[in-house]
Amino acid sequence: MTVVSVLTFAMLGGGVLLSLVRLARGPSLLDRVVATDALLVIISAGMAVFAALTRNPTVVPVLVVVSLLGFVGSVSVARYIGGMLLESANDGRPAAAEAGTAEPAGAAEPAAAGRTTTEGDRT
Amino acid sequence: MNDVDSVADVIAVACLLVGAFFCLTAGVGLVRFPDVLSRMHAGTKPQVVGVLLIMTGSAIRLVGSSVIWMLLLVAAFQLLTAPVSAHMVSRIAYRRRHVRRDLLLVDELGGGPDLYRGDEPADAPPEEPAQAFVESQPDQGTGAGDGKA
Repeated sequence: MTVVSVLTFAMLGGGVLLSLVRLARGPSLLDRVVATDALLVIISAGMAVFAALTRNPTVVPVLVVVSLLGFVGSVSVARYIGGMLLESANDGRPAAAEAGTAEPAGAAEPAAAGRTTTEGDRT
Repeated sequence: MNDVDSVADVIAVACLLVGAFFCLTAGVGLVRFPDVLSRMHAGTKPQVVGVLLIMTGSAIRLVGSSVIWMLLLVAAFQLLTAPVSAHMVSRIAYRRRHVRRDLLLVDELGGGPDLYRGDEPADAPPEEPAQAFVESQPDQGTGAGDGKA
């Protein structure tokens, strides 16, 4: 049992350390978001391993909270970065290419309509 | 601390060990992969498998108590939320050009005459701040286009 405990927590701790390395080194904010998500999931897995190895079910409600918190955190930071986009008012498509044809009620031009549908597929 | 004394406990311990190994794999992939999309692939998929295996092992070990439904709830939440967060992170990564395009095998959004290159990373300073500011204002662009047409 001690061997199993040491092995499992060593592997989980290795995963935590590697995701902390990515969290420190990550060149962009999205790398850090991904690393934080993985870190929270590994932490919840470690608590589940603790609950299983000691047959101690008191930490299990914390697991639900941590898993939901990781999801909410990563999604909110991703939406925040999406709001930081320069062209976010135009929903991510380049504003200069749309400058000639972008009519707000533009069903009159078929080229503009076709472009709008393809861009809509992209979003 | 209880000992391993039955076949179910052996299965549970095997599930815990394999799940912990998948979590270690997720960490290794998170460090070694080159860009955001592949790191996210490493950070979500083995992660979900590892958490599912660990929840299975914990449920086998904790059988008889009332928290098994909570473990099942955690597994279901993981299955529901991991694709959503991965989709949002990858969409923002594509729009902010954090994608190594030379490593992509299939790029269904790019190629062709109207290459969708994505936005500049907005936290980095743009090369020409004045032009970037003008391009970020859609009303002025449409007004100029209508005036010329």
